[in-house]
Formats: sequence, structure tokens, C-alpha cells
Amino acid sequence: MSTTSWLLVLQMTVAIEPTARPKVTAQEVARGRSLFEAQCAYCHGADGDGGRGANLARPALRRAPTDEALFRVVNRGVPGTSMPGNAMSARETWQVVAFVRSLGRVKREPLPGNVGRGAQVYDAAGCAACHTVRGRGGPDGPDLTDVGARSSPAYIRRSIVDPQADVPVGFKQIRAVTREGRRMTGVVVNEDTFSIQFRDAAGTLHSYFKEELAEVATDRRTTMPGFRERLEPTALDDLVAYLVSLEGTR
Amino acid sequence: MKAVPAILLALLFAVELSAQLTYDRIRQAVREPGSWLTYHGTYDAQRFSALDEINIKNIQQLRPVWMYQVQGRHHFETTPLVFDGVMYLTDPPSDVVALDVRTGRPLWAYRRSLPDDLRACCGDVNRGVAALGDQIFVATIDAHVVALDMRTGRVRWDVEVADYKSGHSLTSAPLAVKDKVIVGMAGAEYGVRGFLDAYDAATGRRAWRFWTVPGPGEPGHETWSGDSWKRGGATTWVTGAFDPETNLVYWGTGNPGPDFIGDVRAGDNLYSDSLIAVDVDTGALRWHFQFTPHDVNDIDATEIPILIDADFRGRPRKLLLFANRNGFFYIFDRVTGEYLHARAFARQTWAKGLDAKGRPIPNPDTVPSPKGALVYPDDDGITNWFSPSYSPQTKTFYQNVREKGGIYFRNEAVYQPGRMYLGASKRAVPDEEPWGALRALDPLTGDVKWEFRVTTPPWCGLLSTAGGLVFSGTMEGTFFALDAESGKLLWRFQTGGAIWSNPISYQAGGHQYIAIAAGSALLVFGLPASESR
Repeated sequence: MSTTSWLLVLQMTVAIEPTARPKVTAQEVARGRSLFEAQCAYCHGADGDGGRGANLARPALRRAPTDEALFRVVNRGVPGTSMPGNAMSARETWQVVAFVRSLGRVKREPLPGNVGRGAQVYDAAGCAACHTVRGRGGPDGPDLTDVGARSSPAYIRRSIVDPQADVPVGFKQIRAVTREGRRMTGVVVNEDTFSIQFRDAAGTLHSYFKEELAEVATDRRTTMPGFRERLEPTALDDLVAYLVSLEGTR
Repeated sequence: MKAVPAILLALLFAVELSAQLTYDRIRQAVREPGSWLTYHGTYDAQRFSALDEINIKNIQQLRPVWMYQVQGRHHFETTPLVFDGVMYLTDPPSDVVALDVRTGRPLWAYRRSLPDDLRACCGDVNRGVAALGDQIFVATIDAHVVALDMRTGRVRWDVEVADYKSGHSLTSAPLAVKDKVIVGMAGAEYGVRGFLDAYDAATGRRAWRFWTVPGPGEPGHETWSGDSWKRGGATTWVTGAFDPETNLVYWGTGNPGPDFIGDVRAGDNLYSDSLIAVDVDTGALRWHFQFTPHDVNDIDATEIPILIDADFRGRPRKLLLFANRNGFFYIFDRVTGEYLHARAFARQTWAKGLDAKGRPIPNPDTVPSPKGALVYPDDDGITNWFSPSYSPQTKTFYQNVREKGGIYFRNEAVYQPGRMYLGASKRAVPDEEPWGALRALDPLTGDVKWEFRVTTPPWCGLLSTAGGLVFSGTMEGTFFALDAESGKLLWRFQTGGAIWSNPISYQAGGHQYIAIAAGSALLVFGLPASESR
């Protein structure tokens, strides 16, 4: 083994500390992307949106609240999970950190609407019946507390006017008939091979083993109404501006 | 004070009975159905229990008897061994625990100190131990093999198999045969060169090593372009089978490296994605069959060979059955290695079919590309490391399958020691809901007799029993039993954690038990009569 090889091994075997961070530049992020594609994208996806590994394209990462914590996760892995440590130098690790941090942030664009008026539109349109913002609201639609940080204004606008275009995962509708002939509809809370749990429009939770149901059908059609006809264009702009302002807490 | 006599009793029980687990006992494990002596139960890997106290008539009464919680945090993939009143299991990543089978109380634990810069592509897991003589053997995540005193868990010997820093790791249960311990290894995602090792059980000295990627001058070396063989993968990370009559160990090998880029390793890339038949005394290759030459979809052939003797096309033969991660079910003559038959048993698109010799006709549309290539199955495979089962009673081969595709985007793979060496990223298929099933196959044709569908592609192995049952589990934590003839659901229990393991059965105090690892617990089930022992 040559001296260079020994040095390489030495470098690999030492857990490194997150010191001497280089300035985040476009070049560093680009180099981080290249490293990410080779070392991380197999599990985390080319866009970091998850798969076998966690979804990293989000504003806050549970195991990495700070950049230093993210550095340590990239370097050492997460014991007890499928996330291994990586034999990258400190500079390379920082490059990956810079790239990962760029994933969860949506670029801010100037928007025409008014945030304050948008909050009023949100209340008046009854959005809180199904959606939650900072812990307040209904359970049957996605939590919007940080929707502005993880979704583009265009995506938010489309979800309001044409909600069927891209239904988020995890909000399946169910139609079920019990063996006694009772018909029910609702939103699926959980399901496996043997049982299904769902919540009806009144908020009541139901749980059945599947053999107790004569019919059960689920689909991903959303119950969210389209607001294209229901909102004036200015009100729609205001609502989008309000939702874009919701960035959650890190 | 109450606990003291119980512990003393358990120790006396263990000391009295745990004299020796001889090779003869393991070889004739089928005559000892109350024990579970190897990872697969028996050398033929049928994973069938001849016990029938728990059966289709009383399965409704099956209930938990005791549980043991492990300290490990990752997937609990262990298959316990049980004999002479003691259960031996691994606590991930590389600890070993001995439990009193009557009570579930620990008798000893071996806790391994591990470095903090491990490189294991797919989790710090372990699938179980081997036993021989008065020793227990564990293969560790930092690429050592350790022999423990069966009575105390104290280390007898500890040898390094390979350097963990370059991406080698050990996750599977060793296989003890005669006076040797056969050890497979992992690390193809880091560009290691694969091998299968045998160690002298008494001393830990390496008896032989079979390189699964041939070196210069060896047959098969010409199937690798340039020096790609040095990083060729073809690891041996799932425990194989053994036939005392042919004196061969049958072992599956994994993907070539890099996983998703083939042009840097032009050729068939022997012996990746192959079945190898190796003489257990010498390590010499007797025969091989390559399922997926020049694989670019990471479809390791590290599944379980099941050995059966049966009439095939009017002639009694020693057969080897192999349900491959690539979606095809294969039948071989295990004496000669002759390919006899294959057919698809799940959805696959990587091959347009097989020729008369079983060689696949590749589908170029499934080669990872910068634009993305859709392929079935995804790289987790139609099946994977989890075990199939064969019931000689129903003459049926049972296999859990995963129906799931993936889209693969080619990128660069640059080899550096200890770094991932892959060449693609992966995306899920939009709007696809993957699913799974337990399929019952005709062992002589591969035809599907029936299937039991499950919501999520499973990671659970199977056990069939003389009680007419097949046991399996789901990712949502339900452990369940089907009628082995019809596939009808007969019993289920929600364990509270995903099931990533293989069930076993054994006998204690004259009664039959079923054990399964789920979540971070080892659960043991028995009939009500068994509680008053």
C-alpha cells in the first residue's frame, strides 16, 4: 500500500467535525449536487425527494435542525437506520450540506396578492374545515403550516383552482358497505391487508376488519372543491400570497 | 426471591443439555423437529417444521407466550436457533443473546463494541448465528467472525474476514458444516470483490476462500473488461444450503459493481448473479449457473436454494429450486448443475424471456439512462433475502413476492475506497401503488397455484408446517397463518412493528411454539395448553 493510500485510509477512518466551513457559492452547491448524485441519490432520489431514504426536499430535517447537525449525519450516518456514514472530506461534506439545504427551499418570487387579506379569504372560504395551520383546523387535508416553504406559488395556485390535478399522498377516499348494509364514506386514516380505519364527514372514526365489510373501495380522488369559480381573481391572489407566507418553524 | 430458583433451574437445564451440537445432529436435523439447528432449520433449506401440534384445527387458539425486546434499533432480521432448551439470536447489529426457551429470560449476552465509521449500504442488520460443537458463531457488521462459548457467550476466537473501511460487512448467518463455518459477505455497493469463506470451527483459521470474481489466470476472468474485476461485487450475503451427499454448498451471489453501469465492465461478469456449487472441504467450484449475465439493474441472486428429491419428467432427481429476485423460478439438477426449467412467477420487464438454456434475452429499454428507464422489478427485487419455504406435505413452494417497479437515472460512478459505487439514482413509478403477495408455486413447473395478497410489498420470510399451515408477516406488523393447501387466512396477530424476519418453529416441554422477530421484539406463540407447563 502506498503512502497516499495510507493517508486516504487515515482520512476515512476518522470521524470529522464540522469546522472550517467554506463559503456557500453556486460552485460549491454544484459540486455538492454531483457528490449527492453519486453517493446519496440512490436512496434519497435525484431531487432529494426520498424513496428508500428520507425526503430531504423540505425546509426542516428532523435529524438535522442545524447545518452542523446535517454535516455530522452525512459524515457518520444515522446508527440504527439504513443511513451509512460516508468517506468524504470535510470540504466535500460541506458541499453536500449546501446542496441538501438548497433542496428544501422554494425560490421567493414577487407576488401580486396581499397576505392579510389572504388570511381573511382563507377563513371565509372555510379552508380550516379540512386544513391545519399552526395546529388549528381540520384533519382531512394536508397540513399547510409550512406550505409556502415546500411548495411553489404556481403549485399552490393550481391546487386551489384544480385540486384534482395533483392529489397529495395520504388522503384517500373510501366508500364502504358493512355486512349489515350500512353505507359509509370518509377519508382513510390507515389501512393494511386486514383492516381499515377512516374518518367520516362528521369527524367520527370508524375501524373495520375487512371481512366485516361487504364492499370496500378506495381511490385518490380528492373531496376538495375547485375554487376557480368561487373566488374573484384578486381574492385568489391574496389567498396564494397568504399561503406562500406560511413557512412553518425550523 | 422468586426469580432465583427460576434462573438456577434455567442454568441447570442449559448446563445439563447443552453438551454438544454435533455435525451429525445438524445433518439429521429433520429427525429432531423440536429443534431449529441452522438458519434454514435444515441443510436443505426447506424451512418446513414437521411439528403438527399447532394445526389448522386449533390455530385460532394460538397466542403469545413470551416476548424478548432487543436493544438494536435497526431492522430486526434475526432467525433464532433453538436446541437443548436455549434460543440463540442476534440483536442488531452484531450482538448475540441466549434465552431460556421456557421463560424468555436471558442466560447471557455478547455485546460487541463497534467502530463509529461503519459502511453498510443497507442497514446495520444481522440475520442470525450458526452453532457447532459447544460454540456459537456470529458474523459481524465490521467484517469479523466470532466464536462464542455456547454456555457463557465468552469469546473463543475473533478473526477479521476483511477490512470494513473499504465497505466490507457481514450481515448473514454463517453455516456450520462438518468442522467448518461458512461465511458470506456484503459490500457490492462499495465496489468490493466478492468471496465465500470457510473457517476452521475450532481455531478460526481460514480453511479456504472462493473468490466469486475470478482473478487473472482463473476461468471466468475473461468475462470482465480491463481491471473491473477488482471492484466486481458478486458478494455472498445470504446463507446458502448444503447437501451432505454431494458434499456441496449451494450459494447465491449478488450484483456486479458498479450496480447500474455495465459499459465499464463489459462481459458476462462471472460469477455475479449466479448460483455456485462449491466443495465444502476444498472450496473448489464444482458447477455454476449465472441467472443474470451482465446485470445493470441490481438484481442479486442472493436468494435461498431449496433442495428437494422428486420425480422430474418421469425420473427421480436431486433437484434445486431457486425463486430469483429477477422474477424467474428455476429448477436445476443439483448433482450436475444441469438447467432443467424456469418460468416467470411475477412481473418482470428486464428480460424479454429466457432461451432454451435459461439465459435471459435482455430488454435494452430497462438499462438505466440519463432520461430514466422504467424496470420491473425495482432493485429490491421480486424477492430478496427473506426465505421461501417448501412443504413436502403439500408439495408446494411458498414465496413472498414484491410487485413494484422503479425508474433509474444513470449518473457517474467513480471508485474510491469506502464510497458508494452505484451509477444511478432511483425514483418511484408515479401513481403506482406497489403491492405484495404470498404465492404458492408448483415446485416442478413454477406455476402459481394460488396467492394471498398483502397491501405492502413484504420483507418477511415463510415457514410451512406439518400442521397444514404457512406463516408470514406484513410490513404493517401482522403475523398470520394460512391454510397451506388453499391459502385461506386462518389466524392473525398484530405485533405492533414491521416484520423483517423469518418465522421458525420448535418444541419445548413437549409443546410446539412459533417464533418471529417483529419491530424490536422476538415473539413466541403457543397454544393455551402450553402455558401450564
